[in-house]
Amino acid sequence: MTLALIVLRSLRQHLFSTLITAFSIALAGGLLMSVWVVKVQSQATFTQVNAGFDAVLGARGSKLQLVLNAIFHLEASPGNLAFADYEFIKQHPAVKLAVPIAVGDNLRGYRIVGTMPEFFRDVEYAPGKTFSLRAGQLFNPTAKEAVLGSFAAEKLGLKVGDIFHPFHGLVYDEKNQHAETYTVTGILASSNTPVDKVIWIPLHGLQTMSGHDPKAATDVSAVLIQLRSPTAGFMLDMMYNKQGNRLTFAYPVGAIMADLFSKISWFDQVLTLVAYLVALVSAIGVLVAIYNSMAARRRDIAILRALGAGRMMLFGAVVLEATMIGALGMVAAFAVYGVTVAVVAAVIRAQTGILLEAWSYNPVMLWAPAGMIVLCGACGLLPAWKAYRTDVAENLAPIS
Amino acid sequence: MTPSSPLLRIAGLRKSFVSPEGERKHIVNVPEFSLEAGQQLALRGESGSGKTTFLHLIAGILAADAGTVQLAGCDMTALGEHARDRLRAENIGYIFQTFNLLQGYSCLENVLLGMAFGAGMDRAHSKAMLERVGLGHRLRHFPRQLSTGQQQRVAVARALANHPKLVLADEPTGNLDHKNAHESLALIRETCRENGAALLLVSHDPGVLGTFKEVRDFAELNQVLQEAAP
Repeated sequence: MTLALIVLRSLRQHLFSTLITAFSIALAGGLLMSVWVVKVQSQATFTQVNAGFDAVLGARGSKLQLVLNAIFHLEASPGNLAFADYEFIKQHPAVKLAVPIAVGDNLRGYRIVGTMPEFFRDVEYAPGKTFSLRAGQLFNPTAKEAVLGSFAAEKLGLKVGDIFHPFHGLVYDEKNQHAETYTVTGILASSNTPVDKVIWIPLHGLQTMSGHDPKAATDVSAVLIQLRSPTAGFMLDMMYNKQGNRLTFAYPVGAIMADLFSKISWFDQVLTLVAYLVALVSAIGVLVAIYNSMAARRRDIAILRALGAGRMMLFGAVVLEATMIGALGMVAAFAVYGVTVAVVAAVIRAQTGILLEAWSYNPVMLWAPAGMIVLCGACGLLPAWKAYRTDVAENLAPIS
Repeated sequence: MTPSSPLLRIAGLRKSFVSPEGERKHIVNVPEFSLEAGQQLALRGESGSGKTTFLHLIAGILAADAGTVQLAGCDMTALGEHARDRLRAENIGYIFQTFNLLQGYSCLENVLLGMAFGAGMDRAHSKAMLERVGLGHRLRHFPRQLSTGQQQRVAVARALANHPKLVLADEPTGNLDHKNAHESLALIRETCRENGAALLLVSHDPGVLGTFKEVRDFAELNQVLQEAAP
């Protein structure tokens, strides 16, 4: 009770310093948690999201580029493959499902991808989850109709019944408008996958769009594949990648994305190190704030000692005060974390369609506050030692 | 403590400091001194005569070089610092010339802290003490919001809050005007009497000393001053 009174009054007495120091702790703690959660969640999400497919077959080139293009709709297509290649792998006994896609057009920056209706009917994009329509119906494979991902529909302001002109290329240029018009027949429910940011049209429509090369009118950009067993993947990998030299079989999708993250892990490490350093600097701020106020506190300490307070109690009071500043800062750190992750998640959602879950539990939400509070308490040890050593008689001036 | 033994008994008490020049300077050398329970005694002494050091030694704030300070049967000089703190918290009230109120605490909290390290905080008793010194309407005020006379009254309430057996008052009226000094002194003496506490007051002010029946010259007690006298 007495200790609590001493600590609370000291925090109030040095209110400005307390708030500024706690604010710096909040920024540092919030940053540390944000970096950690974004790192862990984005890595987990990007290596787990495969839109329900085990592998991607595409033109000869980088597996990563193929996966980024066909699954995440991020990269340029490495090239086309003949429709016969699609038909061949579709008939392969090791393949459960093969869905072709064609890319090459956009609407105000949102990709238009051609595919077949089974993409929406037969694919579980996550265990137990299939794509569903929020409004309208699927496109007719032979008509100039489109189904929009939820995010694309929201950003483009399109609804069922609206008509639009596609634009050529993956980058929006208003001069590259195609003559055709497409009618929106359906809007997909949100799946928090890259599918949400895509405009889906029939495969044939994209292949035969005016201005596209008539010689490639039957080509596809990639084939998304579900396998009957994991061993089938290694067999096809051998067949296409090692024995063949015309096509690339990207398998497994998660491992290819994990490889990407391992290649850029140094960046994560640097970012995490910076976050740790910021946390350390802000904790040292607690030390500096309390230490600098020790001259002003000496008289109070001497008075409390004269009233009978023991040295250890005052030592404990200073350590507890530093700990309280750390705790106060880490409570506010969750607000900083919420804002930071919300902004980062919005950017990732806009770029990839993937939604990070800011408030889903991550161990960092326990160990970062606990570690920061302990670190702040440790930073209180030096000023606490100074309080412990305060000479009572010397600080109870004047002497008569 | 036997029924006949004094509340405070001092024998052969010595204290010296090392000056910045490295020279050992003797401040206090009191061969014998005692104070009975409930007794009110004033010590006359000039500034710099070692009166505050003497009171600090009695309170256990300073450790003596030699000698004994027995308070309520306990030898303060034989105790470790923690035990001295405890003994002070439970038995001694201290009134300072500059009041030494804690500026970040309200009047009530200042008084509560006067008993916090002894028997524990008693809010009702603290309020009663502040009402007794005429500050029942200033419980939540901070020291800076009070006049110097009112601050001294808070200091008196704080010194008596822990039911001390002994109140030490170091030039308690030194910072007050004549009227406030008179009132404050009367208050200290009355409240000590009401609480059964002995009072040892040091001052150089003849106006203060004149109100006491028992006044002793600190120079007579402190051998250091006698040795230094021409």
